[in-house]
Formats: sequence, C-alpha cells, structure tokens
Amino acid sequence: MNPRAENRGAAIDLDTVSKAYGAFKALDGVSLRIEPGEFMTLLGPSGSGKTTTLNVVAGFTDVTSGQLLVGGKSVVGVPAHKRNIGVVFQHYALFPHMTVGRNVAYPLTLRGIAQDERKKRVARALDMVKMGDFAHRYPSELSGGQQQRVALARAIVFDPPLLLMDEPLGALDKKLREWLQLEIKRIHRELGTTFVYVTHDQEEALVLSDRIAVFNRGRIEQVGTGRQLYDEPATLFVGRFIGDSTVLRGEVKSDGTSTALTIAGETVSAPRRLAGEANPVMLLRPEKLAIRRPGQDAGGTNRLSGTIAEAIYLGSGSKYEVKLGDGSIAIVRSPLAGESFSLGEKIELCFDGADAKLLPDDSTADTTLT
Amino acid sequence: MEMKPLTRLILGLVCLLVAIWLVAPTLVVVPMSFNENKSLAFPPQGFSWQWYQNFATNPEWSTSFLNSLKVASLVAVLATVLGTLAAFGLDRMKARPANLLRMLMLTPMVVPGVVLAIGIYAVYLDAQLVGTLTGFVLAHTILALPFVLIAVSANLEVFDRRLETAAASLGAGALTTFRTVTLPLILPGILSGLLFAFATSFDEIVVSLFITNPYLKTLPVQIFSSITRDADPTVAAVGTILLCATTILIGGGMLLLGRERKGRL
Repeated sequence: MNPRAENRGAAIDLDTVSKAYGAFKALDGVSLRIEPGEFMTLLGPSGSGKTTTLNVVAGFTDVTSGQLLVGGKSVVGVPAHKRNIGVVFQHYALFPHMTVGRNVAYPLTLRGIAQDERKKRVARALDMVKMGDFAHRYPSELSGGQQQRVALARAIVFDPPLLLMDEPLGALDKKLREWLQLEIKRIHRELGTTFVYVTHDQEEALVLSDRIAVFNRGRIEQVGTGRQLYDEPATLFVGRFIGDSTVLRGEVKSDGTSTALTIAGETVSAPRRLAGEANPVMLLRPEKLAIRRPGQDAGGTNRLSGTIAEAIYLGSGSKYEVKLGDGSIAIVRSPLAGESFSLGEKIELCFDGADAKLLPDDSTADTTLT
Repeated sequence: MEMKPLTRLILGLVCLLVAIWLVAPTLVVVPMSFNENKSLAFPPQGFSWQWYQNFATNPEWSTSFLNSLKVASLVAVLATVLGTLAAFGLDRMKARPANLLRMLMLTPMVVPGVVLAIGIYAVYLDAQLVGTLTGFVLAHTILALPFVLIAVSANLEVFDRRLETAAASLGAGALTTFRTVTLPLILPGILSGLLFAFATSFDEIVVSLFITNPYLKTLPVQIFSSITRDADPTVAAVGTILLCATTILIGGGMLLLGRERKGRL
C-alpha cells in the first residue's frame, strides 16, 4: 500500500469479532483485513461500532467472540500495555504533571531505553510533529492542536508497528483540522506504519485513507477506496453516508434487463436490474444530474419535473436542491459556467439511466444519518 | 446593594466581637505559659521561660510528648495507606454501594467521641490493649481515617481516568501506571490527608482518656491529668507549643488542598 517507505507496519485481521453489552451488540461479527502499512479509516455515525473496533484492537475492550490477529499473532486476552500499539485519543490524554519532553519520553522510559538514545528519539519524534521547541513546556501551556501533535509524537516515539487514532481532530476547528490531516498523511508516509483512524467525518476519511471501512449498527457495510465507495456503493447506507446523493423511490417495474421507477406519475429507467427480492431504489450523485428549463433539449435519457427549493453558491459552482413530485429532495451540482436558476423555478431534472445505481432499499439508511 | 456607613460599622464590630470570642481561650493560654508564679491565675504575673524548661526536662512531660509523636506518626501512616486504598476502592465501585460504604466509613466523624470511647474501651479490656501503643494507634486510626478518605476522594473525583488508559497504551502495567501517573496527580490529596490524620491523633483526648494507663500517656492525657491534680502552668506552655504545631500542620494541609483545587482550573 505504501511503496515509498520501508514496510514496518503490522497487518491486522479481525475475524467475526463480536462485542456484546448485555443484549446490545456493539460489534456484530466484524471481519476486516488491514494490510501492513495501510491507512485504514473506520467511518460511521456515532454508535456504529467504529470506536469499539478500535478499542478492541488497542486492548481496552475484550471481545465477546471472534479472533483478532496483529502482525499474524492472536492478541485476544493480551492486556493493552503488552500490545505495543500507539494510540492517539480525541482528548489528547497528555500527562499534566510532566513536560512535553517527559510525556514523549514516557514510553521509552518504560522500555528501559538508555538516556542518550531516549533524548535522541524524543527530539526526532517532536521534530516530526514540528513541536521541537516545546519540550520544556507543560501541556496546559499548549493549544489543542499543539497538544494533539505532542500526543501523536508520544504515540509514535516507540516505533509501534500500528498506530490507532480515535477521532484525533474532533475537538479542533476546521482550518487546523485540515492542516493536521495533511500532517498526519505526511507522517504516515514517512513512517510506513499501519494507521487505523476512526472518524465520523466522511470528508476527512476521503482525504486521509488508503481504504475506508464503513460501519453501521455494529457491522461493516463496505470496505474500499474512497473512489470505490463513492462510485460503487454496495448499500444505500454507504451511498448516503459518503458524499451527497439523491435517492429515487417509486413504483417498481422490472423486466429482464432494466428497471423502471414511477415517481408521481413520471417514469425513469435504468438499464439494469437488481438481483434478489429487495425493493430497488436509484442513487444518483449530484454531478450526474442536470437541470434544464422545460422544453429545452436535454442530455440523458430520463426526465423528472421539479422546483428549485434551495440554491447555494459554492464559488467553484452551484448546488441546487430540487423538490420532486413526490416531495423528496434531489441534490444537483452544476459548474459555474452553466445557467443559473432561481428559487421556486419549475425545472426538469435529467440524468442518464446508466449513471443511476440500483440498490436495495433500506429504511434505516436515512434515520441513522447524523 | 449599597451599605450605609453605620450598618457597615456595626457589622464590623459584631465580626470583631465574634472573632475575639473565638480566639479568646487561645489568647489566655499563651500569656499564662510565661507566668512567673506556679499558678494558672489570669492575668499572669511577670515573665519567665521556666514552664517551657520544665516541659523539656521533666520526664513525665517529655515521655508523653514522645508517646504522642510516636502514636500520631504511626496513625498518620496507617490511616493514609488505608484511607487512600479505601478512596480508590470506592472511586472504582458502582455508585450506589460506594455511597453507602462511604457513609459507613465516615461515621467516626459524626458518632460522639465518648460513645466510640466506651465501645473501644470495652473491647480493649478484653483484648488487653488498654495502655498499649497498638491500642492507641488502632483507636486513633478509626478517628483519622475519614479525613484521609475525604481528602483523597476529592482528588480522585477530578482525576481523569482516561490518563490511565493512555498510560496502558504506552506500555505501563497497572502498578507502573499508578506509580507514575495516578499517584503523582493525587499526591496533594494524600499529603493533606496525612497531615489531618497526624493532627487528629496528636490532639485526641476523649478516646485517649479511656484507653490510657499510667504506663502509656499521650500528651493531651498528661495535660488533663496534670491540670486536675495541680495548677501547673507547664500545661499552658505545652498548650502553646501544640497550638503552634497544629496551626502549621493544618494550615499546610489546607494550603495543599487549596493549591490543588486552583491547579485544576
């Protein structure tokens, strides 16, 4: 996954891992293989099991059943302090009674590393997160972003083959978050360590990850690269969670090769059909939809009439929310050069049937969105 | 609300009166300790250091002073260890049973001292603990433990347990985590508990009067028996010394607690 750095990361194998708290299943048979040196993001809404998965790998939580291998060896029952895994927490968790330098030296002291070597490695780790000048400060004297960078240095200073991060940028403002995302990406490249990153922010996941595992209600819905998840979502939940999307529901008519949906009297079709019994819906990305004035010549094979419910100027283009005949909302992104439409205007929505993803309907996909 | 000058004056005077009333006994003791005559009459006559000299040279006084030091030191250590462990246990228990247990452990603070004393005395007679060092240490520890429990619990309440999780992830086992992370952060609470425990034992009189015998007297017991036998102004000298010592101890303890509170903000 990471050809530029030497491969020092550990592989992780989760095999049907479950964690139950009484009747509640926090994890319900999660299986996931993370390759050595990979940047894997666990993405999902709160309560979906992503943090529980991280805690299981870190050793903070016992599994109820299933197998967990780190670097090919089972770590089930191994206490957290013997796993040699770096962890970065959302709340930084720096020791307030130690200076930055002593915080970072802490894991080295525990490993009995001699003072000279310790000093060198602390300095190197602090330089890597650009906090080299702060070794004598106390955590309370640092900003949130600085504290998190120190926490990162502390988690990598002992060269763990695996680094876990639990929403590390969750408490920081947007600008700082975006900058630190790039820093984390750079550090991952330089170290070649396996990174497992937990977030509920899909944009963050897309920026950082080699691959993303999308969690929902204690299960993994899909694992893949950002592009795969965006272009080929396996479930309606994934399609809705990653990026903007429009979901068309209607009366279904399906023959051998195509599927037609009738929405408030208008029929659209896609040249595909869904295997199995489930009720199909169509999922469309905003850039696959176009808005035309009625009667205008349109590209695409399908048309739906609607009214502009919201028009948002984005700088690089415009985003429109279109209210369809059945009351549902479609999201359309149009380039700056295109025509502009005003609020309340009656328009036609056009798309190519080949661009519509057919997915089995899932009523929970809407309600679990945060 | 704006206060009228007269109201302010009256309020000030009342406060002054209350303050004088509160420190009056103390103000009597200190001058009496410098009395020239062998009497406890107030106001004292003349000036001399003889009662301080008597305290230092008379074996009755110096022995009881050393006894008190010995008992209080042992109590401070024992109560601090037990109280800290108890505070930890309660902190990591489910809230409901923990609250019940906590109340139970704080009862020595509310049960009248004389009731405790009778109970302890009855048991000590059988166990032959009257007038023994063990007897004094055990009895005083009962009284001192709640102070440690309160001080350490207050510290544990603001202690961020997620730091222990972080320490574990960095490779620290439970004991190392306690030694390097938890203990340094709750040390102010433990130290102030230690001071309060020492002070509690050092000036304890009610229970001590019951479990004392001629072979083992603590300083407060010696003061009490001396003053009921004859009017020896050495009592006042001892009282002055005690006053200084406890002021320093308790003041130090309060400073530690206060600094901790502020440090957490």
